[in-house]
Amino acid sequence: MIRSAEDDQRIVITGIGLTAPNGDTLADYRAALLAGRSGVEPYTIRYVGDTLAGVCHYDELKYQNRRDVRRGTRAGSIGIYCAREAVADSGVDWDRINPETVGVYVGVTEHGNVETENEIYEITQFNYDTKVWSHHHNPRTVANNPAGEITLNMGITGPHYTIGAACAAGNAGLIQGAQMLLLHECDFAIAGGVSESIRTFGIFAGFASQGALAAHADPAKASRPFDRGRNGIVVSEGGCLYALERYSDAARRGAKIYGELVGYSMTSDATDFVLPNPVQQSRCMEQALRRAGLNAEDVDVLSTHATATPSGDVQECQAIRRVFGGSNRTRINNTKSFIGHAMGAAGSLELAGNLPAFDDGVCHATINVDDLDPECALPGLVLNEPQETAGVNYILNNSFGMLGINSAVIIKRV
Amino acid sequence: MTRDQIREEVLDILSDIAPDEDLSSLKDDQSFREQLELDSMDFLDIVMELRKRHRIQIPEDDYMNLRSMDSTVSYLEPLMKDIQKV
Repeated sequence: MIRSAEDDQRIVITGIGLTAPNGDTLADYRAALLAGRSGVEPYTIRYVGDTLAGVCHYDELKYQNRRDVRRGTRAGSIGIYCAREAVADSGVDWDRINPETVGVYVGVTEHGNVETENEIYEITQFNYDTKVWSHHHNPRTVANNPAGEITLNMGITGPHYTIGAACAAGNAGLIQGAQMLLLHECDFAIAGGVSESIRTFGIFAGFASQGALAAHADPAKASRPFDRGRNGIVVSEGGCLYALERYSDAARRGAKIYGELVGYSMTSDATDFVLPNPVQQSRCMEQALRRAGLNAEDVDVLSTHATATPSGDVQECQAIRRVFGGSNRTRINNTKSFIGHAMGAAGSLELAGNLPAFDDGVCHATINVDDLDPECALPGLVLNEPQETAGVNYILNNSFGMLGINSAVIIKRV
Repeated sequence: MTRDQIREEVLDILSDIAPDEDLSSLKDDQSFREQLELDSMDFLDIVMELRKRHRIQIPEDDYMNLRSMDSTVSYLEPLMKDIQKV
C-alpha cells in the first residue's frame, strides 16, 4: 500500500496505560465509569488530618523493585507503571525499538512539594539540623523527575521532560508528544500526565483555605460537579500515558488505533491567578474545532473539566454554551464526579475514559447530580446514567488550570 | 552497643536501603558492593541513617571504612560503645 505524505502528519493513539482511583487498566476504569463506581475514599494526611482523596491501588512492584520505589517518587512510580502499560498495550515490539527514537513527555500540575514537605518534616524532628536533609531530595524534586524515572526504568535515551501546565497538564503532555512526533524529534512518544498530589498536605490545606476543598459524609458523593450541593474539589492521584505514533508508522505495523488527534488548542486567560475566564475557554474550544475543520455539532462527546467548585463549573458551562449552544447532538459529561481531580493526570485520564465510546457508542455519565444547578443545565449533559448514542466519531476533552491556562483536544474515531 | 549489636543495627539499616536483597548470606569479610546492588547514593543512605538514628557524624574521608560489614563494625565500635541498644 502506498502511504501519502499526509499520513506522516497524522498522530494516532496506539496504546493507553493508566491508573485511576477506580481502575488500573482502561477496561476496569471504563467499567467503573459505566457502572457509576467512584474511586474516592477516606484519607488522612499530615497536619490536615482526615479528609477525602482519590487513591490509586496499582501494583507498584509490577515494573519496579522495592529499592527503586524507595529511591524514586510516587509520580515517577505512577509514570513508570503507566508508560510500561501503554507500551505493552500498543503491541509494539519494544525490544526492536531504537531507544533513541522514543520521547517521554509527562504533564504535571506540580512536582517536588511532596519530597520537600517530607524533608522539612524530617528536620523538624532533629531541631532543624539540615545535616539530615536527604541527598535524594534533589533528584526527587527536579522538575523532570517523573519523566526521567520512566527513561531510567525503560532504557529510553530519546528526549524526556515534564510539562508544567497546572491542571491542563494531561492534555498539554499529549499535545507536546504529538508536536514532537510531527517535528520528527521522536518516532514513538509516551505522553500524557501524572499526579502524586495527594501526598502533599499543602494542596489540601491550600484548597481548604480557598474554600474549595470538598467535604461529604459519603466519600463516593463528595465530588459533584454541576450539582447545586457541590462544595469543592476532591484531590486525587493518578496517571495516564499514551503511546503516540505517526499514522504512517502505526498503519505499517498494523497497530490497533484508539483514535486520531485531529485538533488541539492551548490558550491563556491573562486575567486572574485562580478564577477562570469563560471567554478564553470558549476561544480555546473554538480554536481546537477550527484546527480540526469541525463545527460544534460534529462533536459527539464533550468531556468537561469542571472540578465542582461553585464558580468554576458555572464559568465552564458559560463557555460551553457559547460554543456548543447550537449543537443538539453533543453529549456532555464529567469524569471528576467519579475520581475527583487527578490534577496533572486529569486531562489524559478523563480523555481515556471516554475513548472506548468509539467502540461501544456509550457516553458515560456525570454522577452525583441530585439537584442540577440551573446555571449548569446544559442541554446535552449526561446525568447519573450512561447514554447510548447512535455512534461516537469525535470527542473533545477540556482541561483548564490555575493562572488561566486552557486546553482542548479533539480525538477522531479511526 | 556490642559488636554484635552494631552488626544487627547495620543489617537493619541495609534491609531498609536494599529491601530486595537477601542479607542472610552476607559475608562479613567481603565488600558490600561485591555482594549487594549498592551505589554511592545507597552508601550515603547508610551514613544518613547512622546520623539520624544515633547522631553519629561520619566524615567523608572515613567513608572507605564502610566497605564491608567487618570494617564497618570495627569503625563504628568506638563511636557506638556508649550507645544503648533500644
